[in-house]
Amino acid sequence: MNFETVIGIEVHVELKTKSKIFSPSANEFGAEPNSNVNPIDLGYPGTLPVLNEEAVNYGMKAAMALNCEIATYTKFDRKNYFYPDNPKAYQISQFDQPIGKNGWIEIEVDGKKKRIGINRVHLEEDAGKLTHGGDGYSLVDFNRQGAPLIEIVSEADMRSPEEAYAYLEKLKNIIQFTGVSDVKMEEGSLRCDANISIRPRGQERFGTKTELKNLNSFAHVQKGLEFEEKRQAELLLSGESVQHETRRFDEKTGETILMRVKEDAEDYRYFPEPDLVPLYIDDAWKERVRASIPELPDERRKRYVEEYGLPEYDAGVLTSTKEMSDFFEETIKDGIDAKQASNWLMGDISGYMNKHQKELSDLEITPQSLGKMIQLIQDGTISSKIAKRVFAELVEKGGDPEQIVEEKGWAQISDEGQLTEIITKVLDENEQSVNDFKEGHKRALGHLVGQVMKATKGQANPQMVNKILVQEMNKR
Amino acid sequence: MSHVSEDKVKQLADMLRLAVTEEEATRYTEHLNKMVEYVKCLEEVDTDGVEPMTHAIELKNVMRDDEPKQWITQEQALKNAPDHENGQFRVPAILD
Repeated sequence: MNFETVIGIEVHVELKTKSKIFSPSANEFGAEPNSNVNPIDLGYPGTLPVLNEEAVNYGMKAAMALNCEIATYTKFDRKNYFYPDNPKAYQISQFDQPIGKNGWIEIEVDGKKKRIGINRVHLEEDAGKLTHGGDGYSLVDFNRQGAPLIEIVSEADMRSPEEAYAYLEKLKNIIQFTGVSDVKMEEGSLRCDANISIRPRGQERFGTKTELKNLNSFAHVQKGLEFEEKRQAELLLSGESVQHETRRFDEKTGETILMRVKEDAEDYRYFPEPDLVPLYIDDAWKERVRASIPELPDERRKRYVEEYGLPEYDAGVLTSTKEMSDFFEETIKDGIDAKQASNWLMGDISGYMNKHQKELSDLEITPQSLGKMIQLIQDGTISSKIAKRVFAELVEKGGDPEQIVEEKGWAQISDEGQLTEIITKVLDENEQSVNDFKEGHKRALGHLVGQVMKATKGQANPQMVNKILVQEMNKR
Repeated sequence: MSHVSEDKVKQLADMLRLAVTEEEATRYTEHLNKMVEYVKCLEEVDTDGVEPMTHAIELKNVMRDDEPKQWITQEQALKNAPDHENGQFRVPAILD
């Protein structure tokens, strides 16, 4: 039987406001446990939450970037659950009036574009972090309690694990460009759960879904979904049925493992949060936030092609992260050739980053120094071969390319008299090659160019070497 | 008339991690049904065309600026905890 896969994804994104969403404790990653907490976060009686305006702005900004309609009237609700990561025994969230709904983003898989719907984007508070000791006790750090979150719920529009991967990449990319979150999975500022079901092709009704947890990277999401897709198909083909259950992805085996069967629908007994008054977001407020949205990756990508004449491929790679894209723009600011800058970024710089597992910001090279180096190649001061050496210096130690070239004596030799002198000497020492060339063996020229380069430690201007070599040989 | 079943009461108690005896469950069921019966008088009010009210106070957009403030120390945070370890609250493990 031929099955169709149906996937929906929930993503939680931590907003990087300075303080928490309902209390003034600092919102930062990696602080001493329970050092950024206060009586509100700890759920002490008699405390009251007060909404952080910036958290609303950030959430709205993200929702707008995801093409959502923004609510005019919205409010917060209590989601009740009992668990030690949550001292109040409820999470302040949004239930029936999310700040954003009916959005979409466009993904591309195998050259095919597709819109994935965003059902809703809502604001809520994060919970504390539990570490299970294994001795029957757990340790709780409430620094994260009250950190502002948005939950982004997709429509069940994805039809393959590849589409799910593309959706996550695109979502992360867009949120990163808006600047409202670091979207770092390794720090937990982006977390996701995936729902997957399969159904016989042509059937309209959805199959029973399973939910995947413990997805620590986008690659794991894809792998987990691929495993699940196969597991469900095998169940159905052997006459069994898929159970509604939560499964954990095991990164060691690449398999999903049953965590719990979901018998009853979860009952969170939502009700409007009486401690917070409702929000009325008028058009002026919406427009203020809309105006603060910077150029997003798709627009940039388009502009790189139209304005700088870059190939689609380059534009896609350069806009894959905000850091890379900003670096690129800064590099070409003063009229540096865009394609050159793109080549260096996609080639040597990305290569170096991958090899050394480093981020762009960890490198010593700056947009200014890269730009200057490209300038030196363009004006003929250094050859592209020497540029590789300059680059190796810049990426490791930084500095001013002009100074490096001068100190190391790497400037290209473009002086005709000086080159003629060297070439004459090379020709004298390589009579056989001169004769070969004269007899029509063009390859001899290459050998002679090589000799001149050797004599000048690679610093001779290659075009001039070619020209003078031919001239001088013709004289003989 | 019964609005809340005894099973429902037991299920709620379980969600709230409350230990309820059979005798208590019966008693609470009776109490809860009386409360619901009382609140039912609200059904007599004609609410056609009335927007649902989400808050009793007619205020909106009460917000604060995004300014972090150091409030209490880790030591103070842990002071009332029955148990703590390495700056963290120590609680019985609840794995689900």
